[in-house]
Amino acid sequence: MRPALWILLASSLYAAPTGEALFQTNCAPCHGPKGDGGKGSNLAVRRLPRAPNDAALANIIGTGIPGTQMPGTRMTAAESANLIAFVRGLGRTAPTQPPGDRANGEKIFWSKGNCGSCHTVAARGGRLGPDLTTIGEKRSPSNLRTSLLDPQAEVPENFAFYRKVIYAPDNYLRIRAVTADGKQITGTRIDEDTFTIQLRDDADKIYSFRKSELRELHEDWGKSPMPSFRGLLSDSELTDVVAYLSSLQGT
Amino acid sequence: MSGRAPHPPSLRNPFAISTPNHIPKPSRDSHGAAFPSLLALAALTLSAQVPYERIAAATEPGNWLTYSGTYEGHRYSPLKQIDRTNVAHLKPAWMYQTNDLNPFETTPLVADGVMYISEPPSNAAALDLRTGRPLWTFRRTIPSDVRACCGQVNRGVALLNDTVYLGTLDAHLIALDAKTGHLLWDTTVADYKQGYSITVAPLALKDRIVVGMAGGEYGVRGFLDSYEPKSGARQWRFYTVPGPGEPGHETWKGDSWKQGSAATWVTGSYDPALNLLYWGTGNPGPDYDGDVRHGDDLYADSILALDASTGKLKWHFQFTPGDVHDWDSTHTPVLIDANFRGTPRKMLAVANRNGFFYLLDRQSGQFLQGKAYGKEIWAKGLDDRGRPILVPNMEPTPQGLQMYPGVHGATNWFAPSYSPDTHLFYVATREETTTYYRATADYTEGNLYTAGGNKGVPGIEPSGSIQALDPLTGDQRWSFALHSPPWTGVLSTAGGLVFGGTSEGNLFALDASTGKPLWDFQAGATAFSNPMSYEFEGKQFIVMTSGHTLITFGLQ
Repeated sequence: MRPALWILLASSLYAAPTGEALFQTNCAPCHGPKGDGGKGSNLAVRRLPRAPNDAALANIIGTGIPGTQMPGTRMTAAESANLIAFVRGLGRTAPTQPPGDRANGEKIFWSKGNCGSCHTVAARGGRLGPDLTTIGEKRSPSNLRTSLLDPQAEVPENFAFYRKVIYAPDNYLRIRAVTADGKQITGTRIDEDTFTIQLRDDADKIYSFRKSELRELHEDWGKSPMPSFRGLLSDSELTDVVAYLSSLQGT
Repeated sequence: MSGRAPHPPSLRNPFAISTPNHIPKPSRDSHGAAFPSLLALAALTLSAQVPYERIAAATEPGNWLTYSGTYEGHRYSPLKQIDRTNVAHLKPAWMYQTNDLNPFETTPLVADGVMYISEPPSNAAALDLRTGRPLWTFRRTIPSDVRACCGQVNRGVALLNDTVYLGTLDAHLIALDAKTGHLLWDTTVADYKQGYSITVAPLALKDRIVVGMAGGEYGVRGFLDSYEPKSGARQWRFYTVPGPGEPGHETWKGDSWKQGSAATWVTGSYDPALNLLYWGTGNPGPDYDGDVRHGDDLYADSILALDASTGKLKWHFQFTPGDVHDWDSTHTPVLIDANFRGTPRKMLAVANRNGFFYLLDRQSGQFLQGKAYGKEIWAKGLDDRGRPILVPNMEPTPQGLQMYPGVHGATNWFAPSYSPDTHLFYVATREETTTYYRATADYTEGNLYTAGGNKGVPGIEPSGSIQALDPLTGDQRWSFALHSPPWTGVLSTAGGLVFGGTSEGNLFALDASTGKPLWDFQAGATAFSNPMSYEFEGKQFIVMTSGHTLITFGLQ
């Protein structure tokens, strides 16, 4: 076979899948089929904060983002290029403003919903739950609504192999500990190694224990301390809170 | 060997570590009157050598002359000053830090008052045992286009006579003057542009330096080499993937053998009486697509017994035929002499990345027994010849298949230990699961050739353990749980202790008989090396690394 023809045939045989096909297989399970976010970030935005250019995006696709739930996926250069073109295309459509009264949502967040007792927005609020200062950049409106109604339905996941540091998705693990003298402490894990554990109780107090000093230690995987707001907030109030959270795009 | 005089104690005099540029100036020397005798001792050291006979005799508990301590691969120290009763008082004596961000995987060697280490990426140093200050350093410039799948690392140097041997990431073997670090010779082992590299600690035998290679994710053809210690001339090469006409070649489809990998990246063991060299081999290439290769893929994922003088294969045993899960069998082979079912036997034990513990006859390669020691779902067990009884449909798929053990195995390259006191085999284990993906890959020279990939599985927090196994039965005697999978091996000692480290930076000691934790120290970063022990000025020390720091621990 003549070389030119062989190259043509070989390249058609080994053509990389389209960017959309790669996206639906590798990205959509977390980022949503349209890329507008799920438990993974909303990618249908004009500016990807961690990927200002294509080289940075290729690096994130290949190696993931340490400390987050974003895993790396090995791809050929052609696959990566196809996927990057597709992801960049997601942000070219104008973002849709979710319905609802943003200002009323903010009011509910800090009053009736009492969200600020556990969550921080722009340095105001509690530390028991995740900081929501830029949550609108990271989660789609539908994912935010799901989390308000059923907090344990879509908790962030951790694909990491190397968990020598506790990755953010695992950082709100519920812990129940009983000390040697019978004192019970319930809180969230801050850090842990083979011999020790550090946690924050629900009154925002930090503890550090040697495990050998504890009578009991329970790690409640999949449990969220967040209550469901089903029945606590009306449908229109939920819509307003989602509108407020979606507006939290950072600076 | 038997007639050799014991090593003169004067050689271990601390002043004997002095090298010409290390000798204190007389005007500042508080031991001024003793200075002339210091010179004499220094001169004595300079003529000291570490010949093969000293390594093979294994009668110097205070020194650590080869990667695993001795040729048997036991990683056991006969020192017993640090024991169950006092290990709680262990404190750092000094630390040494590298200037490189890659994992610090070295096992230091100690001979006559000097510690010899490798550092990432392919550097070496000699350290003063009293202070940790370098007596010399050797820095190698690594080309920017070297390939290393899993970090630019090095696992240690070899020492023979007055020479230090170091493998490099650009696939060279180099010889350094042990007294100065000066380059003596530099031999090209393989072409790094094809994906070859060297991370393994070479093994010094009589009149030869044995060195393996890495590159199993780059479609290279694996081999094990032997070099003449004085000249660097190659004495033999054994290809771990047989070529056309050689036995085993039929276990590869078409030309797939050319990319067959079976790398040799962890130091082997040696039986001087049998003159047999035992060395493990890595995964077949490409890692995740077995259809390309089709058969058993010899001698990937195997233990090889080679005649050390000729490099000829005496026997082989393959742990994972036709592997598609990247379960390299690059483990330190542990040589054990004991009665097995009433008969004295020379045996070889391996706790394998595939989740099974194996005991073989090391003269014949005969499978004696095997048993799962870690969580595994790919095989129902082993047949009477040690071959896995496969569970169907456990190969990676384009959509992903979840598997135990995960891609890093039930254990990995880090060393096990065997204590002749407790007769137990100690191994650091990883319990983690992986989703394996298969893809179609094109081989291009020097580029990654894995045909797939892998991811962790959310919702399952991986863990680990230190296990004590009875090597004759494979039964677990005790297990000590680790918070996450470790990257460091274990050392057992005559003090009744097992030392290890965690990925969170805990360095610890366990009771070798019960697994009870007796000491731990938070060193601040992942431990990536195998512990060792030595004696200096009458005191026992334990060496471990954490992050980029080597720490030597002693009693206050």
